[in-house]
Amino acid sequence: MIRSLRWKGAAFTVPFQLGFVFLYLLPIGYAVHQSLFLQKQSGLGLGGATTEFVGLENYQQGLTDSAFMTSILRVVLFACVQIPFMLIISLILALFLDAVTAKAAGRFRIMLLVPYMIPGVVAAIVWINLYSPVVGPLTPLGELFGLDWNFFAPSMVWPAIGNLLTWHGIGYNMVIIYSALQGVPRELFEAARLDGASELRIALSIKVPFVRGALVLTALLSVIQMLQIFNEPALFRNISPETVSDSFTPIMIIYNQAFNAANYHYAAALSVLLALILGLASFLFYRLTSREAD
Amino acid sequence: MALTENMKENGTENGTENGSKTAAGPSGGGTVRRRTRPDPAARSRGGQRFVLLGLALASAYSLFPVYWLVIAATKDQVGLYQSNGLWFSDFHLWENLQQVFTYEGGIFLRWTANSFLYAGVGSLGGTLIALATGYGLARFDFPGRGVVFAAVVGSFLIPIALLTLPLYLMFSKIGLVDTPWAMLIPCLINPFSVYLAKVYTEAAIPFELLEAARIDGAGELRIFFSIVLRMMTTGGATVFLLAFVNTWNAFFLPLTVLRGQENWTLNLGLYNWSGKRVESGIDVTSLVLTGALLSIVPMAIMMVAMRRYWRTGVTMGALK
Repeated sequence: MIRSLRWKGAAFTVPFQLGFVFLYLLPIGYAVHQSLFLQKQSGLGLGGATTEFVGLENYQQGLTDSAFMTSILRVVLFACVQIPFMLIISLILALFLDAVTAKAAGRFRIMLLVPYMIPGVVAAIVWINLYSPVVGPLTPLGELFGLDWNFFAPSMVWPAIGNLLTWHGIGYNMVIIYSALQGVPRELFEAARLDGASELRIALSIKVPFVRGALVLTALLSVIQMLQIFNEPALFRNISPETVSDSFTPIMIIYNQAFNAANYHYAAALSVLLALILGLASFLFYRLTSREAD
Repeated sequence: MALTENMKENGTENGTENGSKTAAGPSGGGTVRRRTRPDPAARSRGGQRFVLLGLALASAYSLFPVYWLVIAATKDQVGLYQSNGLWFSDFHLWENLQQVFTYEGGIFLRWTANSFLYAGVGSLGGTLIALATGYGLARFDFPGRGVVFAAVVGSFLIPIALLTLPLYLMFSKIGLVDTPWAMLIPCLINPFSVYLAKVYTEAAIPFELLEAARIDGAGELRIFFSIVLRMMTTGGATVFLLAFVNTWNAFFLPLTVLRGQENWTLNLGLYNWSGKRVESGIDVTSLVLTGALLSIVPMAIMMVAMRRYWRTGVTMGALK
């Protein structure tokens, strides 16, 4: 390619590059820089605060902060239950869609995608009201079956949030898996049918292995999202602050450190730590799933 | 009108391209076999019924909360607490709407306008920048291209907190916190849009076309604005739609950078109302529910109007 043309091409990306530096690189650098300092009260707290360089002290504190580590463990454990559950349902629905006529598939797909169109905050508001013992229909429904469930009780908060996330995520994940299914060469099914394989067998031995890539991808996206969960617990906290503490998830802790405790330096260190954990989790997940393929 | 026609053209072009790739060769044999063996759908009626039942149940689960929300929005406080949650009682939708739009001096309308401003203007600017960047990355070979693309993909992994907190501090230093700019500026740079735009350019803009335009003496800017952008209407529409939905749904960024409620988004306002009904003595449940229903309406309209484009966008972005 002619040299001048190369630079003209590069020029098309300049606005993005400038924005990226200002909105991504600079903030990350700033966060890392901030995380190395700490605001300290001089004297007896009367002499005003000074900012001191403390090196990795904030990180040390973060790694031994039991509230922070507990919140990470909490979302990781939750992810281990909710994500496989959601993805298996999405996979089954995608296989079901693949088995019906194109017309029926189109109609069901739209209906199943309705939750995806709803903003997360609104979805949480709707479900919180459905769960509510005063206005929601679920409590009387439970009573009908002799169940005395309270969705805001400590033991029910995660299942309640899990149901909300599952409801919100099934459609989107299903569409991704379904479109991967469309790529399976149809001759394979015919050949398997000629060999006498049942539809269930075809689904399990041909279709599922074929969409493995899509499953890994949807799982990875869900893991990344889950480690950053904030909206749903924040809204649940509105309703039942005694069950959903302000240190329920990592981002909630970071937000509180920054805006309620005005401890930006520590919040910055925690968000760098979270980024590292996120990167590590994605890397491990990727390695694990790609090794299985060999 | 011309826009949608263009999109359709592009859509069918892509469709036939893909179709010819997959339909070539072996599928001929497939049709012969299919003639000898009945369609699997017709083969097992019971299985088919089971599958349809499963899909119907899942659809009911998906639609039920929306159905309940629609019904709840038509009830007043008394109806909400005392009538059957699954069916209409006295119809109070108009009063509820009036209440939503007049409560606290009509702040709800302001939030709606803000959401449209941030999502509309921010996504439009962001889409233009993304299309230019995607085109630059896909069709030019310049030094540093790999670095830019690596930054785009790598940034998918950065947690929002890591970006938003320092951004808040930076914005507060230059006096942008609590202004619409604090929402609009971050929307201009969207790595996922860039990624999508690159994928779309690769699919829609052939090198030969650019060569031909250059031989005819067209400048690079002119080629971009009058040829590339026009051929990218489908891709551009998808990028815009996804960015719009993202901004409309955003919560952590507005919560962090917007303090005064006159600049809030619908999400922030509803979050605030939803917390209020417990904290203070006033019960605003039906207000929250009617507001929640209203905030879905623009999304639903957009999704239905553009479903052909966004569906491909979602899956393409995820799979490529």
